[in-house]
Amino acid sequence: MFGKLSLDSIPYHEPIIMVTATVIGIVGALVVGLITYYRKWGYLWRDWITSIDHKKIGIMYFLVALVMLVRGFADAIMMRTQQAIAAGGAEGYLPPHHYDQIFTAHGVIMIFFVAMPMVIGLMNLVVPLQIGARDVAFPFMNNVSFWLFAAGVILVNVSLVIGEFAKTGWLAYAPLSELKYSPDVGVDYWIWSLQISGIGTTLTGINFFVTILKMRTKGMSLFRMPIFTWTALCTNVLIILSFPILTATIALLTLDRYLGMHFFTNDMGGSQMMYVNLIWAWGHPEVYILILPAFGVFSEVISTFTKKRLFGYKTMVWATVAITFLSFIVWLHHFFTMGAGANVNAFFGITTMIIAIPTGVKIFNWLFTMYRGRLEFTAPVLWTIGFIITFTLGGMTGVMLAVPGANFVLHNSLFVIAHFHNVIIGGVVFGMMAGFTYWFPKAFGFTLSEKWGKRSFWCWLVGFYLAFMPLYALSFFGAMRRMQSYEQTEWQPLMIVAWFGAVVIAMGIACIVIQLVVSIRDREKNRDVTGDPWDARTLEWSTSSPPPNYNFAHLPTVHSIDSYWEMKQQPGGFKRELSTHFEDVHMPKNTNEGPILGLFSLIFGFALVWHIWWLVAVGAIGMFVTFMVRIHNDDVDYHIPAAEVEKTEREYHKRLEMQA
Amino acid sequence: MRKRNSLKYLSVMTWLTVPLLLSGCGSALMDPSGPIGQGLKSLIITAFGLMLIVVIPVIVMTILFAWKYRGTNLAAKYTPNWEHSNVIELFVWAIPCVIILFLGILTWQTSHTYDPHKPIASEDETMTIDAISLDWKWLFIYPEQGIATVNELAMPVNTPVHFRVTSGTVMNSFMIPNLGSQIYAMAGMNNDVYLEGSEIGTFRGRSTHYSGEGFSEMLFDAHVTSQADFQAWVDKVKQSPKTMMFPADYDKLAQPSIGAPVQYFSQVSPDFYGDLIRSYKSGHGGPQSHGEHNQAQEPSMPMSAQAAE
Repeated sequence: MFGKLSLDSIPYHEPIIMVTATVIGIVGALVVGLITYYRKWGYLWRDWITSIDHKKIGIMYFLVALVMLVRGFADAIMMRTQQAIAAGGAEGYLPPHHYDQIFTAHGVIMIFFVAMPMVIGLMNLVVPLQIGARDVAFPFMNNVSFWLFAAGVILVNVSLVIGEFAKTGWLAYAPLSELKYSPDVGVDYWIWSLQISGIGTTLTGINFFVTILKMRTKGMSLFRMPIFTWTALCTNVLIILSFPILTATIALLTLDRYLGMHFFTNDMGGSQMMYVNLIWAWGHPEVYILILPAFGVFSEVISTFTKKRLFGYKTMVWATVAITFLSFIVWLHHFFTMGAGANVNAFFGITTMIIAIPTGVKIFNWLFTMYRGRLEFTAPVLWTIGFIITFTLGGMTGVMLAVPGANFVLHNSLFVIAHFHNVIIGGVVFGMMAGFTYWFPKAFGFTLSEKWGKRSFWCWLVGFYLAFMPLYALSFFGAMRRMQSYEQTEWQPLMIVAWFGAVVIAMGIACIVIQLVVSIRDREKNRDVTGDPWDARTLEWSTSSPPPNYNFAHLPTVHSIDSYWEMKQQPGGFKRELSTHFEDVHMPKNTNEGPILGLFSLIFGFALVWHIWWLVAVGAIGMFVTFMVRIHNDDVDYHIPAAEVEKTEREYHKRLEMQA
Repeated sequence: MRKRNSLKYLSVMTWLTVPLLLSGCGSALMDPSGPIGQGLKSLIITAFGLMLIVVIPVIVMTILFAWKYRGTNLAAKYTPNWEHSNVIELFVWAIPCVIILFLGILTWQTSHTYDPHKPIASEDETMTIDAISLDWKWLFIYPEQGIATVNELAMPVNTPVHFRVTSGTVMNSFMIPNLGSQIYAMAGMNNDVYLEGSEIGTFRGRSTHYSGEGFSEMLFDAHVTSQADFQAWVDKVKQSPKTMMFPADYDKLAQPSIGAPVQYFSQVSPDFYGDLIRSYKSGHGGPQSHGEHNQAQEPSMPMSAQAAE
């Protein structure tokens, strides 16, 4: 009846998990209780869960990402604590069975359920506004993407309490992830959470690719698009091209595990080398999926806060395009030590290094944007400067790893860990935090506390260096990644420094939470009525904050790159004149089918993990029926009457005048 | 002003790490004990130095520009519409290109010089040792001496060693950090790496590629000894009553165990390494001396991979 699932599947004997589960349970019950008490379920369902508004979907992505950041970080600090203790024969407090799940979960969560939703969340919030559109190309699909992603998130978290997560490392290398070596449900949780959320990501990629290409407002040619939109475009190209590889690879592994096939097994002609190649053919573009939008954020931030045009816009675009292309021909550098010949290794080493050229150009362009500017040291700028310095160092260690010879001794060591945290924290996290602070007022109509934002930055920056510089050093002494314990007591002092660094990063995360709480408390004081708190340059700042659900009463016309800045430079300056003529606005309707599809996909995934075949059928049929209902539903759009648009615009104007 | 101090602190931090990396006192990679390790050490330092040529100016410029063009410094020049300069564009493309050109040439050459599959030129004859990763221990076969060991390795000093590397379980990676390069160990695959010890001593070797529960303790001692001591060690191993015959003894050893003790085997079945690889019936690999893959010729092997579970 319940497949492999039984009451024994719950790890009662693991106090850490049980305490965590209890706390999550209490917090969850509290949230549900509060929502019920304040009768907010209807509001949540109508205004958020079923919403197709790209801004709200963006906010939901980012919110989930922040929650999962806490979960992923909890894994991180547990690992650092374990390594700070388990030296010279000491076993620490985490047995391998638990430790191995933690480093796997940490990697999976941080990449798929923190970095990805942050990137996708920002794209959702910003891209349609930047290109002067009223929504994305496929608003229903956008909602579906989010709920498929959410199903993946829930599935990963369910694995904490029911059963276990994979003990394979975040990429689940075969044959370790094959049934023979990982007979438990951990890898199945990994498979289905990534498969379900991965399809959501692919749909997002298609959605935004089409949105950017087809829905730009009048006059916005490709070479007038804001840089963030450009990087988003390239990221979506990468998603469309690479995520299907991930889906196919995991599907093959699924066939191995569920139907006894032999794609990646040791025997019967399976090839583990094929798995490694395929997973990295997705995995390398993936890191550029994450970093390119961060590059976009830095470009917007630096240009806005230096009050100056971005230096070398075209160079920036071509550098981004070059990176997009190159990211597909470097994947082999993740396994130089697999035994390929010298020519192959040298080829992939050199292609990898070539990526450093457009990346270096970008860094110089940011520097020359600051040059002869008027740089205002706001929190987003601090994140940007911290990024330039940190990312340059991370890029350097990346190029070192790209030299096959050097890689032969540095591969699999803590050097690799230090390197990719150097670029992911220093690049993606800093970028997303800069973007979060920068666009928060656009989403909510009030600015975030600068004080707490800066505190968060300094904690993250100092914490990062404390946590990861020791790992670079340790790698030269032979310290490897994924060690549950180690013999050398002389490594311990540096491991303790790294642990302390993680504690400082924890303070940085706490500062983000405090920043949110304080800013929401003081929202009236930080209110921004103008819609343009930074005196910024691109279209999203030309509408009110938060924008009305139709974004723009009249679609703007663009004449140059920094179009809104140009409007403000007109003689007499830019005035938000109230138009005399309004038209009906055509908008998509909210959808019930999106969250219901997500729910059935969750049931489907969970049932497959535990081999509960009747429930698999329920999930599959549920998804199919929901989909059928949706495609036979013609009532998917409506018109906001001109009178209502006028009313909204008049009210906004009144507020503007009151402030003036 | 807090900003300035913090930036200074940051650059000091950055610089502190450099000597830490280069000091290499007691460091396996910076104080290597073999020619491969030494070559790779100088490669790492050269690449690092080349990149500092561009990294240091970038960091200095970042701090300098950010400070000089701060919003409150109204004395600094301000050109809000300046967005292009051919000269600067030329330099920002040329400088990374030149550095990468040098690094690229270095990469091409060293990829060939330090190709793990390339024999080490030496007057001494190269000896062969087979390294087989199991759950979670290393089995070493000395085909020339006809002996085998678990979790202990001895090799004569200044003698190139051809390690043939495969796996009886999941993917692992064979590495003795003090000697140099690592190489993946994969079931059914014949991989190899050439290493040499130039100093007498005992070095820790390990699997560097995560392979499951016992991974952290998948360690072994590699003794680099004098020729005489090596012979004595071989004789000691030959005293052992235990043998390592494929597949019977192998199947027993391949059972998963963590922190397995050092074991000696005085006899090994002929072409143990080849038999193990062929037992996977893979379309790849196979020992070089048995290049043909005639399935019909293969004796009916027990599925050793299953036995390993």
